[in-house]
Amino acid sequence: MADDTHSGTQVPGEHGGGAFPPFDANNFAPQLVWLAITFGALYFLMSRIALPRVANILDNRQKKITGDLDAATAMRGQADAAGAAYEKTVADAKGRAQATAQQTRDKVAAESDAQRKALEAELNAKLEAAEQQIAATKTQAMSNVGSIAQEAAEAIIRQITGVTPDAAKIAAAVAAAKNG
Amino acid sequence: MAAENAIDPIHQFNIVPFFSDHVGTATFTNASLFMVIVVAAVSFLMIVGTSSQSLVPGRLQSAAEMAYEFVASTVRGSAGHEGMRFFPFVFSLFMFVLFSNLIGLVPYTFTVTSQIIVTFAFAALVIGVVIVYGLMRHGSHFLHLFVPSGVSPILMPFIVLIEVISFISRPISLSVRLFANMLAGHITLKVFGGFVTLMLGAGALTAVASILPLAAIVLLTAFELLVAVLQAYVFAILTCVYLNDAIHPGH
Repeated sequence: MADDTHSGTQVPGEHGGGAFPPFDANNFAPQLVWLAITFGALYFLMSRIALPRVANILDNRQKKITGDLDAATAMRGQADAAGAAYEKTVADAKGRAQATAQQTRDKVAAESDAQRKALEAELNAKLEAAEQQIAATKTQAMSNVGSIAQEAAEAIIRQITGVTPDAAKIAAAVAAAKNG
Repeated sequence: MAAENAIDPIHQFNIVPFFSDHVGTATFTNASLFMVIVVAAVSFLMIVGTSSQSLVPGRLQSAAEMAYEFVASTVRGSAGHEGMRFFPFVFSLFMFVLFSNLIGLVPYTFTVTSQIIVTFAFAALVIGVVIVYGLMRHGSHFLHLFVPSGVSPILMPFIVLIEVISFISRPISLSVRLFANMLAGHITLKVFGGFVTLMLGAGALTAVASILPLAAIVLLTAFELLVAVLQAYVFAILTCVYLNDAIHPGH
């Protein structure tokens, strides 16, 4: 009798006598059995295969992102370091260039200074030599004044008196005049 | 008989055996078939969809990851970090209910969750897990679930009674909520479908007016789609809330 009502070939409109299908206790056992089988299978598949796999995928992606970010940070650090090294090189080169320029300038200045000093010294030496020569010439000239004066006195006396005067007397007289 | 079937809104809930002429203890029926289909569909999404394990996911893998992260955040949000030990359980439950509801919306299919015994079995499984885990984890301390702290001794017996009743009613409300939503939605759809057939056969004027129930079916189908997803979510989140009681009974 139950078979007639729940065999699935039941005629619509006739099930008023039978139970409402979801409440029909005859249907409970097979549904529970198959639910246990299918849900058990689903739980096994999900907990053993699917969920660890998805967790693994998400974990890998997270690791990849973190790793990439770290690598990017490291590369930026490298770039910064390279930039700093470049700046340092440029600054060093600039400093060296300035030092070289300064050195050259100093050297040139020192050389020209030395040259100038040497020239001055030479000129001074020449000046001194000339002054000495002048002094010598003057001394000599002054020493010649006596003999010129003697000769002139001798000639004058001879012209006037016609006598050749005593040279020694004239010399004494000239010397006396000169020292005057 | 086909026309009569279309009008009969209960016919869709019949259990039909496949390989025998009566329903025995483990008979393979249309309900069993759709349980297998649901498991196959979920497994296809979660196992075949993620088989490439690619760093940049395709469509299926993206959907599988979204399902994973959605359920994981739900579990973590309502049952805490410790609740994650039940994550595979809640995930299987959510996906089974969701796919049952969604596949059931396709015409000519059978809705596994429109059978009270199925939803009640799930609810009983959830409450059974709560009780077994709670007692295993906390022993008699789990019974503090029924004895809230800070209640005066005079009121205590009533409070305990209320707590016990609310605990016992949980599997009932959990199962009836899902079952009734599915049942009512499918009956409504079928009734409106029956209107369309009746009006088409009743005359020219009513045939033109049959567009109205047809439009109602379209709207109802969209609504039922919402209900299908929402009820699966409600089932999962309530499971998490009950599991949270098992993990932290001294609320």
